[in-house]
Amino acid sequence: MLDVPDWPGHRAGQHVDVRLTAEDGYQSERSYSIASAPEESRLALTVERLKDGEVSPYLTDELRSGDQLELRGPIGGYFVWEVALGGPLLLVAGGSGIVPLMAMLRHRNAAFGPDQMERRSVPARLLYSSRRWDEVIYRDELASLGKMDASLEIRHTLTRDQPEGWTGFQRRIDREMLEEVAWPPSERPQVFVCGPTSLVESVATALVELGHDAALVKTERFGPTG
Amino acid sequence: MTPVSRGFRGRRQSTATAERLPPGQYETRDFPVLSAGPTPRTPLSAWDFLLRGADGLVARWTWDEFNALPHQTITTDIHCVTKWSKFGTVWEGISVDTLLSEAAAKGVTPSPFALAKSDGGYTTNLPLADVTGGKAMVAFIYDGAPLAPEHGGPARLLVPHLYFWKSAKWVRELRLMENDERGFWESLGYHNYGDPWREQRYAGDE
Repeated sequence: MLDVPDWPGHRAGQHVDVRLTAEDGYQSERSYSIASAPEESRLALTVERLKDGEVSPYLTDELRSGDQLELRGPIGGYFVWEVALGGPLLLVAGGSGIVPLMAMLRHRNAAFGPDQMERRSVPARLLYSSRRWDEVIYRDELASLGKMDASLEIRHTLTRDQPEGWTGFQRRIDREMLEEVAWPPSERPQVFVCGPTSLVESVATALVELGHDAALVKTERFGPTG
Repeated sequence: MTPVSRGFRGRRQSTATAERLPPGQYETRDFPVLSAGPTPRTPLSAWDFLLRGADGLVARWTWDEFNALPHQTITTDIHCVTKWSKFGTVWEGISVDTLLSEAAAKGVTPSPFALAKSDGGYTTNLPLADVTGGKAMVAFIYDGAPLAPEHGGPARLLVPHLYFWKSAKWVRELRLMENDERGFWESLGYHNYGDPWREQRYAGDE
């Protein structure tokens, strides 16, 4: 969580560049997705720690409350969604690809407040693929968002291990799963897909094969950024 | 004032690597994939390439005609605006110089600006001077094999001295223009020219 005194505001789905500077002036930069809603006063980044990374281990292990960070952004004007763009909204995430999509769900929640009627005008569905249950990012927050919001459906798939009694999906996202979870193409859902390349590639291809308009399918591919 | 990041040492590259990296970039050995939408799949039987002059005259090649043009191979470093750079990539394709001289026979004359147009609707703009003089090709072979669809196959523009979003994937047309016209990312906050050595990432960078 960052306090950014002159933050110009952002739209859900955008990212920032983070720059670290060593004492001798050596610098290293990476991009990270913004996890917080535009309505929140502080900026939240969710950083996946890469074992061999240069920047992510610093951010997750070393950075402490009170430290300063150099940011540039917000960046990106395509992979963005705001309530005014309407719905239905279909989000498909793999692993840490949930982060920019979480900003969209948090934005949708903050913008509508408690009014269920308004929410119903922009229904949302999230299909989220993780390897195992304890790797699901924002697990509790997603559960409580889903519970309080009748027009938000959250479906998980766990591709590697499933807890006992698991009733969700347990395979990689495929065409049949998308057909089951997504609105039909005639509803013209706005689709955002974010995750590792293989997931994004197969999900976007399957959606187009199912008849979704390619122009409504926006993708962001997460390569590891150490 | 740039704040020092307490306790940050960073991973220093060798001098040779550091000198090869534009500012703010890091070296990757992978070939990351970035695109804004689904990967288009145009069968080669339906594929063609157009070079369209500012006055509307068009030179057109089918896939077979295009492949029959003299090939060139280049080995080059590439730099993505998302900060990765990849060294020593090997590409084979048709130089834009070749396309222009072939097109001249059909009456297509040069203009100062070009807009690359791709399957899926992607566009990117470049000064003509940046795609001529041996600086750019339409590439269809990467590392000795046909270019994979997720990397822009069947063919992509390759303009390695600019950030890699200028190297339009799935390119089908180069339109010559009297006036500059912003492409897809250039209209969405990215720099109009995109020189990695001057770190021209975003609109407003010098």
